[in-house]
Parts: sequence; C-alpha cells; structure tokens
Amino acid sequence: MSARDAVLGKIRRSLGVTGEEPRRNAAVDERLKRAPRGVIPARGQLGAEERVSLFTTMAEKAAATVTRVAGEAAVPAEVAEYLRGRNLPAAVRIGEDMLLNGLDWRQTQVAVSHGASDGRDAVGVTHADAGVAESGTLVLISGQDNPTTLNFLPDTSIVVVRAGDIAGDYESVWAAIRAKFGKGVMPRTVNYVTGPSRSGDIEQTILLGAHGPRRLHIIIVDG
Amino acid sequence: MHVTSPSFKANAHEALADRQLQQALSHVKTGFIGKRAAVVAALPEFEQLRESGKAIKNHTLENLDLYLEAYEEKVVESGGHVHYAETAAEARELILGICRRAGARTVTKGKTMIAEEIELNDYLESNGIEPVETDLGEYIIQLRHESPSHIIAPAIHLTKDQIEADFRRLHTELPADRDLSEHESILGEARTILRRRFLEADVGITGANFLIAETGTSVIVTNEGNGDLTQILPRVHIVLASIEKVVPTLEDVSQIIRLLARSATGQELSVYTTFSTGPRRRTDPDGPDEYHVVILDNGRSAMLGSQFQDMLRCIRCAACMNHCPVYQEIGGHAYGWVYPGPMGAVLTPALIGVDQAGNLPNASTFCGRCEAVCPMKIPLPNMMRHWREREFERHLQPTTYRYGLGVWAFFARRPQLYQFATRIAMRVLGNLGGRKGRFRRLPLAGGWTKDRDLPAPAGRTFQDLWAEKQRAAVP
Repeated sequence: MSARDAVLGKIRRSLGVTGEEPRRNAAVDERLKRAPRGVIPARGQLGAEERVSLFTTMAEKAAATVTRVAGEAAVPAEVAEYLRGRNLPAAVRIGEDMLLNGLDWRQTQVAVSHGASDGRDAVGVTHADAGVAESGTLVLISGQDNPTTLNFLPDTSIVVVRAGDIAGDYESVWAAIRAKFGKGVMPRTVNYVTGPSRSGDIEQTILLGAHGPRRLHIIIVDG
Repeated sequence: MHVTSPSFKANAHEALADRQLQQALSHVKTGFIGKRAAVVAALPEFEQLRESGKAIKNHTLENLDLYLEAYEEKVVESGGHVHYAETAAEARELILGICRRAGARTVTKGKTMIAEEIELNDYLESNGIEPVETDLGEYIIQLRHESPSHIIAPAIHLTKDQIEADFRRLHTELPADRDLSEHESILGEARTILRRRFLEADVGITGANFLIAETGTSVIVTNEGNGDLTQILPRVHIVLASIEKVVPTLEDVSQIIRLLARSATGQELSVYTTFSTGPRRRTDPDGPDEYHVVILDNGRSAMLGSQFQDMLRCIRCAACMNHCPVYQEIGGHAYGWVYPGPMGAVLTPALIGVDQAGNLPNASTFCGRCEAVCPMKIPLPNMMRHWREREFERHLQPTTYRYGLGVWAFFARRPQLYQFATRIAMRVLGNLGGRKGRFRRLPLAGGWTKDRDLPAPAGRTFQDLWAEKQRAAVP
C-alpha cells in the first residue's frame, strides 16, 4: 500500500467514513465551487475615496511610506524625489509591466534596468495588482511583468498601485484574481505585502529590514 | 530531538533558577499580550471571526480525506508533486531523496515546526547536506545547537547579550572589534551572512500555514521575508506540511489570516502572506523549477474522531503560551519536546505518547486563559483533563499519588463520613494554626511548606457554614 493510501485510510478509519458518501462529497464539492464568503469586517466597506485613505493609514501604521500622484506620468519624478530625499542610488530595476514601461523615465536622472533581481539591485519598482484597505496590504502577482525577486531582494521596494485597484477586503481581491485567471487557477505566486520586512526575534524588539526590503514606499496613482 | 518531557518537573525547577532565562522571558509578558489586546479591540468582528474560523476548520476536519484529495489534484494540475508520509522517518527520506536528485549541497529553510518534529536538520546533515535556517530566531538557535523555545519566537529564551556572544564566537571571519552593541547591528550581521546563503542554496524548504484545496496553493506567513527568499531563489522548493493544514478555499484562508497575526504578534496582518501554486511558469523570470509538497501524518490521523480532534484546529499562533502563567515562568524548553505551552501540553501526548508527556497536561492550573485567547476556540483545559484521565486509567502516575487519590475517593463516596472527618480535621487544624493562622511546617505537606506557609483552616467546614447560613435565611 502506498503512503498516500495508508494516510487517507487512517483518516477514514478515524472519521468512520469510506470517502464514498454522496452527502459528504456533495458538501465538499459545493464549498469548493461556491467558495462562500465569511465575516467581512465593516472597516473596509467604504466609498472609493475613503478606501484610499484607510489604505494609506493602515500602510503607514505598518511602517510603509505612502504618496499619491495625480496620474501615472508623475511616477518617475516621484520615484526620483523619493530616492534623492533618502540619499539612495538613482537606479531602479523593473519588469516588463506595461504601466511601468510606458513611463517616460528619461525626464529624470533615474537609470532603469529590466528583469528579475539577482540581489545586486538597490531599488526594485513593481506594480501591484491591488491594494487592500482593511490592512494597508499590497497584492503583487509573479511573472515577467513584476518578477517576485524585485519585491524581496532590493533594499528599497517601491510599489505603484492605482487608486481604483484598492479594494476594501481580501475577498474582493480574490474575486478579481478569479475573474482574471479563472476559477481554481492561481498565478505561481501571489504576495500580500504589508509594510517593510521586520523581525522581533531579538528580545521582542521590532527591527525593520530583516531579510526583505528595509523600506517600502507606495505610490498611489489617480486617474 | 531528545525528549525530556518525563523530567518536566526538574526542567521547570532549573528554568526558574536560571536568571538569564528569567530576564529573557520578561519580554513575553510585556510584548505579545498588550499588542494582541490592542488589535483585537480594534476589530469589532474578531469574536465572529473566531466562530467562523472554528466552523471552517471543523468542517474541513470532518471531510479531511476529501479535501486532501481535492488539494492534491490541484497541485498536480499546476505542475507540482505531492508526497505523503505516514511517519517522521518517511518524511525525512522523501525530502532527502528530493534533495539528492537535485544534487543539493546546501538547503535553506524557512521556519517550520514540522521540520523540528521530524528532526530534519540532523538527518540532512548526517547525509552530507547542509541545512541553513534563515528565520533570525531559528538561525540563532541553530548556531547554538538548541531547539526552539516558542513556536513563533524560537529564540525568546535568549537575551541580546547571549546572541552577541554567539555571533562573536561563531562568525570568526568578521573583524573581532566590530560593533555589535545595538540590536540593529546584530540583525544587520545576520542579514549579510544569510543573504549569501539564500543565493547559493540548491533547495529551499518551507512549512505551510495553510494548504488551499480549491487551488492547490500553499501559504506561508512571515515578517522577515526569509520564507519568500527560501522559496523563490533555489531551483527546488519543498513544502513540508501536516495533514490538518488544508482549508477549502481562498475565502476560508481570508477568514483565518484575520485571526492569525492578531493572535500571534498583535499585527493586523503579518508583513508577508505568500500564496504559492506550483513551479515557475513558462514565461516566469524567477521562481523554482520544481515544487514538491510533503504531507505528514505522524500520529495526527488518530486524533480525528477522538476527544482530541479539536486540537487539529490549531493554527500555531502561540497566543496560548504567551498568556500561560506556567509558560511565562519556565519558557518552552522545560516542556521537553517541540511544542510547548498549553497547545504543547495537549498535542505532545498525542504525538509521542502520554507515557512520555504525561507531566505536561498536569502542569496547568486550569486558569483557562489559553482557551479564552485561542482564535480557534480550542478547549485546551478540557483536553488536558482528558489526558489526566487517560494517564490515570493507564496507571502512569506515581503510587503515592494514586494511593492519595484512592483515600480521597473512599471518603468522597461516603458523604456522612466525609463530613464527620473533615469537621474534626478542620477543628484540629484550626486550633493548631493558632493566632497566626498559618503553618510554617506541617507533616505530609512538606512539598507545600518548603516554599511557602500553609494558611490554617478557619476551624469550620464550608458545608457547616453553608448549612448555618441556609437556616438563618429561613424566616
């Protein structure tokens, strides 16, 4: 008998079932198909503008910095100013994301390179598919547009998110991902990111910049 | 891992006398409890979410066979591999096999308690593969050849000065006169050293907080980002998870992650919640080429359908130990195996036997704080009581203890004799207690009076006082 059959067999013996019960199978199929929503906190159930402001408050509470620009054309200048203000190198790495690649980076002094990170990039810029207001969380999806390594290896992570993509709750984000990828199908990685990396492992003292980015800057784009 | 649970009492005595440990443990009380209380108070739906989480897990456990099958089907569909392991030994061999096929020399590891349970590091090491722990706390205890003393803060038993001394002793390639006086400088040193290890590892092993049946997804929750670097950089990613980690849908996980970080560290959400499904896709510029999931039973299936099934709802937040007056005083190592505190007192006897771990469910005052803060509403004190009953049934307690219980039972079954005997005893002890009203020493009560006085009885029994009051109340 395979280990698989042994484990499933033990589970069935303990539960006193065979696995063939129509009622149980129907209940499981139904739940997987319908994916019922549970309790959704009232906190995030707001109008569009209030959602953005709750998102900002919560992200800042998680030690991210947040700015808001009027249109995507203003993103390169905001990135340049952020880097200058913190004495960070004026060089960023991006993926093949349409929004980020469509920007005119030449108006700034910021050098742009492309592709996944090998650990030598100081600054990664990525475009989040969504934000979640209830906890100030960014939702990033793996792939050539926004390689996952760009969110973790550079010391500084700058993330662009459209104001209109900020949802109230996680459930709304899953609905959007299902609409995009299909029911039961997921991109290789979905990263929820809430603030910069941190550790409390030395005497419970919270320190930023454990293994991931030391700082997280969020640029919310209107329009 | 060498089991020292049978010598729990001696371990606890040592822990109480260990000044460095006592200093380190002071952070449990000051850190976790206040932060949890604040974020819980800030979410009016918290109580409803607890009920929701409990219902999700109960439903999943009742149908665990079917959800595991559904999960497996989805993992395979997305290009991953699922391996089942009945025992710790099987899981170790499976993992070694995957590492060997990948030609692995070093393996990075995200924090996983299951790997502690199956003693994976020692096994890999003895087979010529170097495991590198990447969670800061796990890295520190790996340097010290210790086991975690807490399920989410593995190095909570150490002070900053101890960690600094270890870094100086073991990071000998760095200048001896470097400044490690600040917490930040210690973190910075670990970051630099581990960054190199992340980039050179051949295989990355993580645990899983959840496995999602709907999509074949594994979920890890971290604050450091080490779990992510562990799983996106090497060519092979191995997920090691136990059978009860499966939940039905993305919506169900969304309910439980609202409980997890709040109960654990007092955060709204941990910094990184990562949903991984299968290996690198055709156009992906990063991510692992192979994605394996090892699903471990190791005794859990026997808990289903038993008095201990509810324990399988546990999401490993550690709120129970953070709030436990026993854990707060003695820390995690005294419990003698992988899982400490109230959740360990229930889980450990189930996994290694009540004959080995019978002391743990006895080390409770049943104050009930653990159950009150458990996000999954696990009736921990009740289950510890069940273990005590089993211990008694199997004659595992010392003879004197059983003899004492027998004497008490003899009287308790004969109410008139019981009242007569207690009335006399209370009167005698009340008189002997004299004006001070307490005993410094008393025959047969040496265990108590060794460390503190025993208050003398008031001279009359509760039942007498009660009867008198009842009579007085009658008009």
